[in-house]
Amino acid sequence: MSGITPDLLALQLFTGLALGSVFVLLAVGLSLIFGLLTVVNFAHGAFYMVGAYVGVFLLGLTGNFWISLVFAPILVGTLGLAVERFLVRPLYGRGIDYPLLLTFGLGLVLVELVRILYGLEGVPFDTPPLLRGAVDIGIGYFPLYRLFLIAVTALLVLALWLFIERTSYGLIIRAGARDPEIVRVLGVDISRVWLIVFAIGTGVAGLAGILSAPMRSVIPDMGSTVLVEAFVVTVVGGMGSLIGAVVAGLLVGVVVAFTSLFWPDFSDLSMFVLMAAVLLIRPQGLFGQKGLMG
Amino acid sequence: MNKPMDNVAEVQISGRRLAGLVRLIAEHRVAAVIIFLMVFPFLAPYKALAIDVLIYGLFALGFNMVFGYLGVLSFGHAAFFGAGAYATGIAMVHFGVPWMPAIFVGVLMSGLTAAIMGAMAIRTRGIYFAMVTLALAQCVYYIIYHMEEYSGGEDGLTGVSVRTVDFGIATVDMMQDPMGKYYIMLAFTAVAIFLFSRILNSPFGAVLEAIRENENRARACGYNVLLTKWVTFVLSGLFCGLAGALSAIHLSVVPIEYLHYHQSGLAVMMALLGGMGTFFGPFIGAMAFLMLEDAITLMTTHWQLFLGAIFMIFVLFFPRGIWGSFLHWISR
Repeated sequence: MSGITPDLLALQLFTGLALGSVFVLLAVGLSLIFGLLTVVNFAHGAFYMVGAYVGVFLLGLTGNFWISLVFAPILVGTLGLAVERFLVRPLYGRGIDYPLLLTFGLGLVLVELVRILYGLEGVPFDTPPLLRGAVDIGIGYFPLYRLFLIAVTALLVLALWLFIERTSYGLIIRAGARDPEIVRVLGVDISRVWLIVFAIGTGVAGLAGILSAPMRSVIPDMGSTVLVEAFVVTVVGGMGSLIGAVVAGLLVGVVVAFTSLFWPDFSDLSMFVLMAAVLLIRPQGLFGQKGLMG
Repeated sequence: MNKPMDNVAEVQISGRRLAGLVRLIAEHRVAAVIIFLMVFPFLAPYKALAIDVLIYGLFALGFNMVFGYLGVLSFGHAAFFGAGAYATGIAMVHFGVPWMPAIFVGVLMSGLTAAIMGAMAIRTRGIYFAMVTLALAQCVYYIIYHMEEYSGGEDGLTGVSVRTVDFGIATVDMMQDPMGKYYIMLAFTAVAIFLFSRILNSPFGAVLEAIRENENRARACGYNVLLTKWVTFVLSGLFCGLAGALSAIHLSVVPIEYLHYHQSGLAVMMALLGGMGTFFGPFIGAMAFLMLEDAITLMTTHWQLFLGAIFMIFVLFFPRGIWGSFLHWISR
């Protein structure tokens, strides 16, 4: 372990934050949907994968990464809109497990549709020219794209936080999470709020997909491991908590980055050890409320 | 969330002959399943499918104890199926254990896996349970994946072979005689089905359904809900482990995919397709699922699209499943 310097540790910390950014995006979407609709979106990994493929499609069409980056999440969110309206909505009031089961089936369908369209092989996705290379961040050189990823995540989380905490629509969302019945009685069309929240959640998953496309390979199965990671982060952070999703996402990213530095064989196990520890000490998650678990 | 459907009392006797027949079958449910499975190879399009129905029916049956009777959704049952398959295979390949004791090793190991996973997962409730069990099962996936010397890692475990089974009076060639193999596996399955039915009929089985209907009331009645949940999880794991062990012997290989959460998804889909919380549902579901898969793969390689869509249709419109809808229809 002689090669470990403070600079290397700091760089690894940044790698962990970049990795964690993807987890944050996934968990924020998952948590937002659960917090309001009490729906566990099992197709979240599939939406992430669709986001990457829509990105590939738009990039091929326009040749512009930035246009793809803006429109891929919007298109995935629109798909989410349709899914909530026509597939998830009929299941409200039928027990908490049914939307979960439905989205599990939906995930299978989406993955297979992409396989039909793009085949089983991976599709290349180049890092946009502007974001290639590495920059000196004082402690060493760090890939520019990963810095960009951290920045976009930070901006998105900030925007979401402002939207939910500082706008009147956000007030309705917060009220709807606490007591949908009262909100309905007050004359607010709560099902429209649910529709929009589902679209935002899936759109953010799509954004995570296109953002990780240049770093991970774009294959139809890419959402399958990501779903598990998103679940681990959500369980660690606490279901339905935005702060929990952010903190746990970054924490899991950093833990994975450091175990892959010190103990590479166990890098894919470390997040589960973390989850098990959280379950034993604080089963509702770091920021979870007890009430949401029932 | 789930309504009981299979108990004799629940099937309203409408005076119709069909209802009477169903009641008769329900009264002798163990015998009914076993007799059906005994003639099933003659009805199945080919013998390998019959063995798959046996294995996956048992898998879905074990899963249904948690999903249908206890009323909590687990997405981690791949770990028990996989642990049973791997432990049986590793015992045979690396330690030279004969196949019959190896099956017991497999069942015990999956019970142990369920005991550890269950101890953590029952600390959470509701929807958390599905996520936590899924994540814990994926953890088992990575552990086995990294035990490459024993498990074969990504390639899976190979060389789990049982050539012949000698009964003294007759010898079954497991490689050449699918019928013989089927009936040997049926013997194990039949014992499991008998035990399953006994568990459900016991006072313990009644507590299970009490927890499903109202957890707080069950607790108020003085039942230890946490312990009951944990024991159910372990029992369920034992049944799924036996299914995995039989599958290892059937295929001679254990693919790593057995531990993937898609394998848990299979049990979920089969149990729901057949009818969750019903005794016959899992086997009917496994049969329908495997035959459907078989028929669709003949036409297209994209069978997952159709199975996913069919599953969604069942969730949306026939949540009772095939057998559950049938029971509901005749008891109207």
